[in-house]
Amino acid sequence: MIEVKNLEKAFAENTVLSDISFSIPHGQIVVIVGKSGAGKSVLLKCLIGLIRPDNGTIYLDNKLINTMSFQQLQKVRSKIGMVFQFGALFDSLNVAENIGLALRKLTKLSEHEIKSRIQNALDSVDMANTEKLMPGELSGGMKKRIGIARAIAVKPSYLFYDEPTTGLDPIMTDSINRLILKFQETETITSVIITHELRTVYDVADRVIMLHDGRIEYDGKPNDLKKTENMIVKQFITGDSTLI
Amino acid sequence: MFRIILSPFNLLISYIEGIGRYVELMTIMFRSVFNWHKYLGLSVEHMYQIGILSIPIVILTSLFSGMVTSVQAAYQFESGLIPNWYVGGIVGESVLLELAPMLTALVMTGKIGATIAAEIGTMRVTEQIDALESLSFDPISYLVLPRIIAAIFMFPILIIVADCFGIFGGWVAAVSAMDLTTGEFIRGLRSWFRPWDAWFGLIKGLFFGFAITSISCYQGFYTRIDGGANGVGKSTTAAVVVSCVAILCLDYILAALLL
Repeated sequence: MIEVKNLEKAFAENTVLSDISFSIPHGQIVVIVGKSGAGKSVLLKCLIGLIRPDNGTIYLDNKLINTMSFQQLQKVRSKIGMVFQFGALFDSLNVAENIGLALRKLTKLSEHEIKSRIQNALDSVDMANTEKLMPGELSGGMKKRIGIARAIAVKPSYLFYDEPTTGLDPIMTDSINRLILKFQETETITSVIITHELRTVYDVADRVIMLHDGRIEYDGKPNDLKKTENMIVKQFITGDSTLI
Repeated sequence: MFRIILSPFNLLISYIEGIGRYVELMTIMFRSVFNWHKYLGLSVEHMYQIGILSIPIVILTSLFSGMVTSVQAAYQFESGLIPNWYVGGIVGESVLLELAPMLTALVMTGKIGATIAAEIGTMRVTEQIDALESLSFDPISYLVLPRIIAAIFMFPILIIVADCFGIFGGWVAAVSAMDLTTGEFIRGLRSWFRPWDAWFGLIKGLFFGFAITSISCYQGFYTRIDGGANGVGKSTTAAVVVSCVAILCLDYILAALLL
């Protein structure tokens, strides 16, 4: 369970998040949408403790994370898998080493078990036999898949995705969306997805939160998005720049 | 107008902030020193990168600096008032006290400092450092500590290599370009040699190694995440410039304290 109350964050004089409050029950897929610069990625980084908010509270499994020490945060983060926008794979490590890095540090698994976990993670993202490839040899879509494999290999309770389908072709987008749904069915993970791809919203979301100028503009079911009279939300879903 | 008046103060404040962040980074790094064994493998990898791969450039630099010292010393002695065999002493002392540590440090700033700042800076802008944190790693222990351990071990070794090849270069120039025998060169070398001078060079190497790697790690680590390639370029330039200035300052401070 994630509970965010009155969250605020500003960089210098630029307010990025203002009075953000929501809670996400276990097992739900929540998609956070909004224009570029709406504060989506900052919100996600606050949730994982990479950015400390100026005000407000973030509870993860009833533990207040925004005042935790680095060591306490490390324990909490072992329950979270994070998928970065461009994969954020470590350049100097090959695919298998990228996935195995956290397993070797966080778990006491034997080398045989770690190899089997790596294999399973790669199989689940349809990237078998890529263990020896370096990140520089992978396409954008492959990097995102390996990023997902790295995140799920530690068997997290929470999966956070930062723009998992942005910049991908429609087929790859569909395949990533299916992957997200597959993990949800098999592992009952709580997922938070940051995106501005409406297709991802309609394909995978249980619930949509729309941010606008650092505030929550919409919080509801994806199918209700189309019925809303809110002009800001309407403009976002129609993509009509002349609407407001 | 008001902005122009305030700009030197803003600059001063940003320098003080920078020093504060550097001290914070080093404090966190020193706290994780007790976990050095966890990063031993990485330290050995960096020792290879920082030390072994730098040996050719260190040899080349020291060889020529020794040769130049020899030729210039002989040029000064042309009057005949000072015997030629003093060349060995001049070469030995110059190389051990100053040329080997200083030139090795400056060359390493360009080679290692720039590499470290660019590597860590690129990791920052491509969110690899955030990824490390999200995987429960302490990025400072993982990225900074092994590099500093490697530099502290390898810099004195590189200084020893530079000492040997600097003196060798001086001998080659003295014997080939002047009417000096090997015996005379060694006579000069031995008559002025003090073991402390060699130790002093190694101590300087330790400090220079720490300064170069810590400053470069700092510059890379605090690259602006939205800076892109330009941000990495700025960090790399800052790493080289600040390291060079730090080396010159440290050189004076260590000489004033230890000689």
